[in-house]
Amino acid sequence: MTATADPQQLSYIAAQAADARVNIELETEGMTLNIGPQHPATHGTLRVIVRLDGERVVAAEPVMGYMHRGYEKLAEVRTYPQVTTLVNRIDWLGSFANEVPFILAAERLMEVEAPPRAKWIRTALFELSRIANVVLFLGDMGVQLGAVTPVFFAFRDREFVLNQIEAVTGGRFHPNFDRIGGLKDDLPKGWIEETRGVLGRIRTFCDEMEDLVVGNEIFQARTRGIGVIPADVGLSYGLSGANIRASGVDWDLRRDSDMGLAHGELDWKVWTHPDGDSFARYWVRLQEVREACTIVEQCLDGIPSGPVMAKVPRIIKVPAGEAYAETENPLGVMGYYIVSKGDLVPYRVKIRSASFNNVSITPWVLEGTYVPDVISILASLYFILGDIDR
Amino acid sequence: MSTLTLAVELAYWQQTTIRAVVALVAVLIPAGTLVYLFLFKMMSFMQSRLGPMEAGPYGSLQLLAEVGKFLQKEDVLPRKADRVVFKAAPFVVLISTFLLVLVIPGGPDAFFIDVDTGIFLALAVSSISVIGILMAGWASSSKYSLLGALRATGQLIAYELPLVLAVMGVVIQAGTLNMQGIVMAQAEGEIFGFGAIGNPFIITQFLGFVIFLIAVQAELTQPPFDMPVAESEIVTGYLTEYTGMRFLLFFIGEFATAGIFSALAATLFLGGWYVPGLDPTDNLFNVIGPLVLMGKIILVAFLIFWFRFTYPRFREDQLQTLAWKVLIPLSLVNIVVTGVLKVLV
Repeated sequence: MTATADPQQLSYIAAQAADARVNIELETEGMTLNIGPQHPATHGTLRVIVRLDGERVVAAEPVMGYMHRGYEKLAEVRTYPQVTTLVNRIDWLGSFANEVPFILAAERLMEVEAPPRAKWIRTALFELSRIANVVLFLGDMGVQLGAVTPVFFAFRDREFVLNQIEAVTGGRFHPNFDRIGGLKDDLPKGWIEETRGVLGRIRTFCDEMEDLVVGNEIFQARTRGIGVIPADVGLSYGLSGANIRASGVDWDLRRDSDMGLAHGELDWKVWTHPDGDSFARYWVRLQEVREACTIVEQCLDGIPSGPVMAKVPRIIKVPAGEAYAETENPLGVMGYYIVSKGDLVPYRVKIRSASFNNVSITPWVLEGTYVPDVISILASLYFILGDIDR
Repeated sequence: MSTLTLAVELAYWQQTTIRAVVALVAVLIPAGTLVYLFLFKMMSFMQSRLGPMEAGPYGSLQLLAEVGKFLQKEDVLPRKADRVVFKAAPFVVLISTFLLVLVIPGGPDAFFIDVDTGIFLALAVSSISVIGILMAGWASSSKYSLLGALRATGQLIAYELPLVLAVMGVVIQAGTLNMQGIVMAQAEGEIFGFGAIGNPFIITQFLGFVIFLIAVQAELTQPPFDMPVAESEIVTGYLTEYTGMRFLLFFIGEFATAGIFSALAATLFLGGWYVPGLDPTDNLFNVIGPLVLMGKIILVAFLIFWFRFTYPRFREDQLQTLAWKVLIPLSLVNIVVTGVLKVLV
């Protein structure tokens, strides 16, 4: 064994050792932060486990299921008209829109079709519930970014929309109004004129939001270029609705497929935005509320006369078979796959709700962002907890 | 030691006692007024609602009800908290508030202390609150609190600089650090030979005023600079673990500091207790001075709270960028321009 006496070599070893020591001393430990299940920003019980390095997110993982209510299983022991009561509670902000695809699927199985008047009223209510839903998002996004005022405007004006929905259906949050073969009732007297006034209010609200939120420099600084989802990634995660349209994908079931509603006969536009960031998602939703106003207005103008209910037996037995119907709901594509064995109750119902897919992209999109952006991205993806955990 | 307003000779201890009581009142009255006027009422009107209406006429006693509620609450200590530090933190924040109020004059003879380094002292003691916030965040042994406290520390230190630099312009123009001197300079000054309204520095130091208000907004951790207490992200930051009395202390500290910074802004830029057209040495100002000051405080606080209820919040890197890349260079330019003009004119 020869002792190393070469001073150059010794100093090299010393330098290496010093380096190693510094590296050990500087080694930092990440922090795991539980955002949720009880957290002001999750408006419900979504839990996001984020691993942090300082304030930078290393990994994020959404944990779902805290609000699982087992609607698919519950639907198996309920008759078809009873199921709409359940599905009202999936996306509780735009509840009428939840009933529509289920009823459409059941109608497809029974081979009945709602009369034109019912279809048009359905379309109007469908779009009204879209307004009721998305208006709240437009205000809530401000709250998530620290501006408390817009959400009060949103609640104020949403109230009028809910009043109109209540006037027709009798229920503000849970209308339970859609029936296989049509609707429970016709429109009440004077409703059409009142609704026109409400649409004017909503348009004013949209202009206010354009001034107060979209035009705000801080809002733009907080959302532009944040949480960018490219179109291909968004599609591969199964995003739908305004989330994917904000990534530049021009895809809207209301236009691109025959949903069984009156959208095809109306004149309206699908809005997209090329950026795919949080700002684009907000902007697209803002335009969609305006477009929904146009759709409802055209419905009000053109509702045909006639019955609102097709000839359907009093006790509904759906013939054996399988059917799938999907619609472009406020949160994205919602679909029901019904398997019937010819019973009073469905044999199996599979619910495809938009928020579940929309949230599944969070690990991808949150990686490398900062904690404040986690909140703004989650807010801009816009999920309803009931729509994630059915 | 000058005498108080009344032409009575008071012993030193009597003067001190009166001043201590008045200081307490001077902290709590503006704080209460701001909370009721702006947090309860103005915010509600801006958000198309009425705000508190039941407790007293137009809900004016709501504040007492809130205080009563906080006093009743259980004083919860987190199990892993550093007990002594956790308990001491709100008091450290309050100390800074109470020290701040001392430098603000309410009239030619109505002041707490009259030191030659008045504004310097104010800016120095205002930084004490950072220590309290850091103590609160660290001792809570909660991740949200820690994140909030670190954000607060970074933000408060960053905005201390524009705050001080914005005041420098005023100090150069007034030629003194003494608060009374600054008020007098505004009362007796003139703008390029026009002296009918004196020289409220908001006119000649408008840039300084704007920078000062922005920095104050950040010092108060109010939106758009409320990253440290961002309720939608880190619950309420360093306040997360506090309940009851201790939370109330933080709350009082926040709004009292808002009032006192408004008073500082009013004194530095709006002429303090002085009303144009009157003789500033008049004994009258010892009586109406505090009221005039209160009016100006409300004026400035209105601006502060208006921003608070309108804007969303910055991300912390964005607000650091704003401080270091925009506000500090601007205030340096302001100092240079003021200095050059001071020499030339």
